[in-house]
Amino acid sequence: MRHIVSILLENQTGALSRVVGLFSQRGYNIETITAAPTEDPSITRITITLFGDGRTIEKITKQLHKLINVIKVSILNEDNTDGAVEREILFVKLQAVNQDVREEIKFICDIFGAEIVDITPVLVTVQFVNTSQEVDRFQKAIAEHSEVIETVRSGVCGIARGDHSLHV
Amino acid sequence: MTMMSGAQMLVRTLEDLGVEHLFGYPGGAVLDIYDALLSSSKIKHVLARHEQGAAHMADGYARSTGKVGCCLVTSGPGATNTVTAIATAYMDSIPMVVITGQVGTPLIGSDAFQEVDTVGITRPIVKHSYLCQSALDIPKFLRQAFYLASTGRPGPVVIDVPKDCVNPQRLFEYPEPQEVKMKTYNPTLSGHRGQVKRAAKLLAEAKRPVLMLGGGAVLGNAKDKVREVAELFNLPVVSTLMGLGAFSGTDPNFLGMLGMHGTYEANEVMDKADVIFAIGVRFDDRVTNDVSKFCPAATIIHVDIDPASISKTVVADVPIVGDADTVLGQFLEIVKDGSLRNDVRAIDTWWQQINKWRERNCLHYHKGELIEPQEIVEAIYKATNGKAIVATDVGQHQMFTALYYPFEEPHRLLTSGGLGTMGYGFPAACGAKVGNPDEQVVLITGDGSFQMNIQELSTCLEFGIKVKIFILDNHTLGMVRQWQRMFYQGRISSTNLNYNPDFVAVAKAYGHNGEVVEKREDLEAAIDRALNYDGLYIVDILCDTDAKVLPMQQARGSMSDMFLGEE
Repeated sequence: MRHIVSILLENQTGALSRVVGLFSQRGYNIETITAAPTEDPSITRITITLFGDGRTIEKITKQLHKLINVIKVSILNEDNTDGAVEREILFVKLQAVNQDVREEIKFICDIFGAEIVDITPVLVTVQFVNTSQEVDRFQKAIAEHSEVIETVRSGVCGIARGDHSLHV
Repeated sequence: MTMMSGAQMLVRTLEDLGVEHLFGYPGGAVLDIYDALLSSSKIKHVLARHEQGAAHMADGYARSTGKVGCCLVTSGPGATNTVTAIATAYMDSIPMVVITGQVGTPLIGSDAFQEVDTVGITRPIVKHSYLCQSALDIPKFLRQAFYLASTGRPGPVVIDVPKDCVNPQRLFEYPEPQEVKMKTYNPTLSGHRGQVKRAAKLLAEAKRPVLMLGGGAVLGNAKDKVREVAELFNLPVVSTLMGLGAFSGTDPNFLGMLGMHGTYEANEVMDKADVIFAIGVRFDDRVTNDVSKFCPAATIIHVDIDPASISKTVVADVPIVGDADTVLGQFLEIVKDGSLRNDVRAIDTWWQQINKWRERNCLHYHKGELIEPQEIVEAIYKATNGKAIVATDVGQHQMFTALYYPFEEPHRLLTSGGLGTMGYGFPAACGAKVGNPDEQVVLITGDGSFQMNIQELSTCLEFGIKVKIFILDNHTLGMVRQWQRMFYQGRISSTNLNYNPDFVAVAKAYGHNGEVVEKREDLEAAIDRALNYDGLYIVDILCDTDAKVLPMQQARGSMSDMFLGEE
């Protein structure tokens, strides 16, 4: 099962590498990872998505808690929570020399709610923000109509639904 | 207001933390620290002959005294040489602080001379690590390091100190010591009361209980409470290698070490138990054999200070996070309040069964023409009245020590359990002797292991470290040879040690003394001479090359699948 792990971390030298290192050291695979400072610049928030059963996730959580720089760890999609809001951002550069292709791209973007953020005589750059699943679908759909030149995905950023919150 | 350089602050902070002995080796990046050290009257520096030796000494010092061991080395190779020793301490949860020099901050990342990413290299084998950015980080980080190393689940902490942070020209106001508080670190000491109650009830209802001790019982100083619990419930007690001494090895309730080379009775008792009360263990593979076949009938109560140890390999039925001594205290309070006792008749039946297993006398061995390693350990035990601090290296002699030298007290056996580091024993014994100058410190080693840190003989001469070294010299890497004989059709590959030096000549070359023992009848007198000699003494005892450590669990089996020796 896919899990979203949120970590509050002291924003100190080497702290991020401790978190990342833990995963490789213990043989767990990271699917996506994002990190940025929070409203308090001394604290970084990391969101990691990974696949694993409940016991694996429990082990990872415990090991993360052991790291001295880790302040809090939360599994966003745990059974007893209201679930999570999650988003990923996608940028894709598409070959669009021909007018038909441009119109097709515009049409698909409108259906999905994606935005064209840059355009040149040969390329169109599209931005799409949604869940990873929707991003997958969009990527597939757009690739059927135009040649994909470059793709970048941000990895998942998530926050718990409801009154539950993760803060110091 | 006291103005000091970073180097002076480093030394002063160590003094304020109560450090009396610092093991180390100087070099370019730590010149200023060594210069400041000259002015300290409180800290005695022990100059090792290799940084690995220095760090193992700090480890042996920590294990035998219960204090934090501290070592100081230079950048680059100085730091990398300590890596094995840091990993050794990490695997066995030993409180240790390693101060490493580093190139100046402006040079970091430039592949400067003797530069290495020490924090990066040691990251997976430390409890925590620090890279100082300024002189004022030094006292702050050192205090935190000592606090982290010695509390919760202990472990090694590395502090990397760039050269410009200790520049003697730049003076700062020394921050006076204050209580260390860390908002992200707060180990749980007391167990969950409901869980401790459940444990008490389970143990009272158990028909076939066993008390299983690990390194946490030693590190948590839980000896008195362990004894009380064992007595109150008349429990059979087994111990991991790291737990030896947490319960007296000569107590009739003690069944010995369990696991791969555990006794027949210890492994049988585990396999058949209905309740296992495990204190400060981590159920590693040398203890459990095949986890899927591990103690099928048992309900497992697992007490450990590290939540990550609980249900890591073996799933705990009653997990209790807390300090061994504190939790056992809570446990005793509950059983005394509720007058909870176990069923005496059930326990009697259990003990009858246990005594049948004991009758197998699994540690019996055959004495051939050559001296057997087992009898050497027994003779050392007898000559030291079982009271010595004993360091070992890794291999057959280590297991023989664990099996044939019953420890009555904790902190007496210094051995690399988790990492299995050959070369650990000698420097660890040195560190222990420095910390316990009035105790008899002996090293039981092999001819393979001893050569891995033999250079510390020089350190011993300089600092008058009078350890007694017994080499169980079988001219082979005995444990590997045992496996080759048992599981590789006797194909002996690279385990013969036919080019050993004359160890007595080596001892003498380094300014010490020693003798060779070849005959059984000379053994006791030689051991006595060593113990009574005023100085370091090596007894090189030629012994049976083909001796095997038995019992031995069969791979991928249950706890009770064992190869046993002859009856």
